[in-house]
Amino acid sequence: MALIEVRDLYKIFGPNPKKAKQLIEKGISKQEIKKKTGCTVAINGANFDINRKETFVVMGLSGSGKSTFIRCLNRLIKPTFGKILVDGDDVVKMDSEKIRELRRYKMSMVFQHFGLLPHRDVLGNVEFGLELGGVEKSVRMEKAGNALKLVGLEGYEHSLPRELSGGMQQRVGLARALANDPEILLMDEAFSALDPLIRAQMQDELIALQASMHKTIVFITHDLDEALKIGDRIAILGPDGKVRQIGTPEEILSAPADSYVKKFVQNVDRTKVITAGTIMRKSPLLNVTKDGPKTALHLMEKTGESYAYLVDSDRKLLGIIYIEDVIELKNEKGKDLSTIISHDFYTTSKDTSIADLLGTAFESKTPLVVINEDNKFLGIIDRVVVISEMNGGVDESETPTVFSEIVADQATCSLQGQI
Amino acid sequence: MNKIRDILDIGAGFEKIIEWLTDNADWLFDFIAMVVEGFLDGINWLLNFPPAIVMILLFTLLAWKIAGRGVAFFTVLGFTLIAYMGYWDETMDTLSLVLSAVAFGLLTGIPLGIWASKSDSVWKVMRPVLDFMQTLPAFVYLIPAVLLFKLGPVPGVIATLIFSLPPVVRLTNLGIRQVPVEIKEACKAFGATPKQMLMKAELPVALPTLMAGVNQTIMLALSMVVISGMIGAGGLGNVVLKGITQLKIDMGFEGGVSIVILAIFLDRVTQALSDVSKR
Repeated sequence: MALIEVRDLYKIFGPNPKKAKQLIEKGISKQEIKKKTGCTVAINGANFDINRKETFVVMGLSGSGKSTFIRCLNRLIKPTFGKILVDGDDVVKMDSEKIRELRRYKMSMVFQHFGLLPHRDVLGNVEFGLELGGVEKSVRMEKAGNALKLVGLEGYEHSLPRELSGGMQQRVGLARALANDPEILLMDEAFSALDPLIRAQMQDELIALQASMHKTIVFITHDLDEALKIGDRIAILGPDGKVRQIGTPEEILSAPADSYVKKFVQNVDRTKVITAGTIMRKSPLLNVTKDGPKTALHLMEKTGESYAYLVDSDRKLLGIIYIEDVIELKNEKGKDLSTIISHDFYTTSKDTSIADLLGTAFESKTPLVVINEDNKFLGIIDRVVVISEMNGGVDESETPTVFSEIVADQATCSLQGQI
Repeated sequence: MNKIRDILDIGAGFEKIIEWLTDNADWLFDFIAMVVEGFLDGINWLLNFPPAIVMILLFTLLAWKIAGRGVAFFTVLGFTLIAYMGYWDETMDTLSLVLSAVAFGLLTGIPLGIWASKSDSVWKVMRPVLDFMQTLPAFVYLIPAVLLFKLGPVPGVIATLIFSLPPVVRLTNLGIRQVPVEIKEACKAFGATPKQMLMKAELPVALPTLMAGVNQTIMLALSMVVISGMIGAGGLGNVVLKGITQLKIDMGFEGGVSIVILAIFLDRVTQALSDVSKR
């Protein structure tokens, strides 16, 4: 028997859910129902089982009802119709005492924006759930300490949440959820507010943790890549709040159930499809045969960078020169820029996918240089462009945009203008 | 025109209500008066019993611990000046009036604010009442206070309480309503009862806003306590009133300066408390 069984689940917000449900059964669309009854259909007859110890991902774009769905599981939102059986007990019918018990001991939740208590330190936040359940102080401390160890936050016990980075705050959120050792972990877009690198790292850590903990995890996301990476099974919700397909990542990739799922799957490889050639931009160059230190300084002043690339008359890349070296050369009254060349930067071909560039993009201090087989200079790629492209697969994300992404987006636009 | 006025005479209606209350609910007001008076006497005794020098040192220490060196410096100078001018007892009387009114004010205001924050319909009813309380000229409170509680410090405390109540109700309500949804959801998701959520999440998160309300309530209370000198509440209000009625400019001025010193002290200390809770 599955641990969680969802049967004919509906959530309809609005004044007349019964009427709305009748209309749903007649096959009338969500928009029509909204017009006729003023009701919003968030979950539209969901049916599925979540097995013990599996990571079950519910994936959908904004408005697909995925956040509503996860809140139905612990009844932060009360379903309108249907059943949710956890170990055979119907969550929908539980009284407030029983539902509290479920939330305290069996099911805990990790939130997109962490939901930490700002006035409590890390330890105080982690032991919060235990404190609510009336667990004794010494036991609380021990369990909270263990949970912090699990997520790698030892030594931060007495920091306040706002002193921590987003990734660390979410570790606190995770530790809080793990502290009372619940059977079920609900994760609502838990990593969506984090920047891409930290997000990838947290995904890896969750996978590693799960390998030893064997919890039942219900994970909500709008990011199919994330879903494919961490899910044992994935349920894809359509924009109408209906479940479109449930299956293993393999099944979903190889046999999408309908055109909607297919469209998603196509997006998966976005980062592998987009290549260096499409995101590179031009950059002014120094020609070793005619340019000297003064031209070099003038160019750097114009670009606002402390380096410039040096090519020969055939635009063959010779190397990079740095401003300090140029100044030294000028002071020594030297003329030949080729004497101060460095080679400490990364190059790539224009067909390399940006997924493969990400690692180098983060290591490199200067932009990546795109060259062809003959070492001819083609263009450069700024690190921010790689990162924003990695993140660009999702347009209609529900998550508030992190400011750094906006900045990066603007950078991309202005750069593309220059190509 | 006059006829309509006879049918619907608002002032007379209010008078009737007050009359009815004095006739029928006398026991209730006597009881309230007894509680308030007991509390007031206690605080008054606490503040007036030690010699001025001890109290000045205590206030300075308090200011230093909470608000820092600058305020402590001001406190020691300011209160010494009050004592030097000879208004120490009156200042302590005023302070005990303020503290009593504020204590009862917070005791009623914070629960009212919490109640309002939990229910939109309660807030809808409460809001115009608070607006009314805040905009009604302060003097108007004195009349029913005198009728219901006679003359003296008790009606002074009651009038002050009513006058200074709105900010703490408003800001408690606001502070709790501003607690982020995700924090409330997190509490619920970990099995908090409504009471646990209030005590462990909502009130602590709302505390800086709530403290701003407390600060405003104290300042309003101080201004009202002076006005209630007119109904014999005593303290610095009395000094200023005497200054006005007997045209004793020196007395009025010195009383006024004492009030300003007390006001600055109370404001800086409570504001620092609010900053600490924001930390």
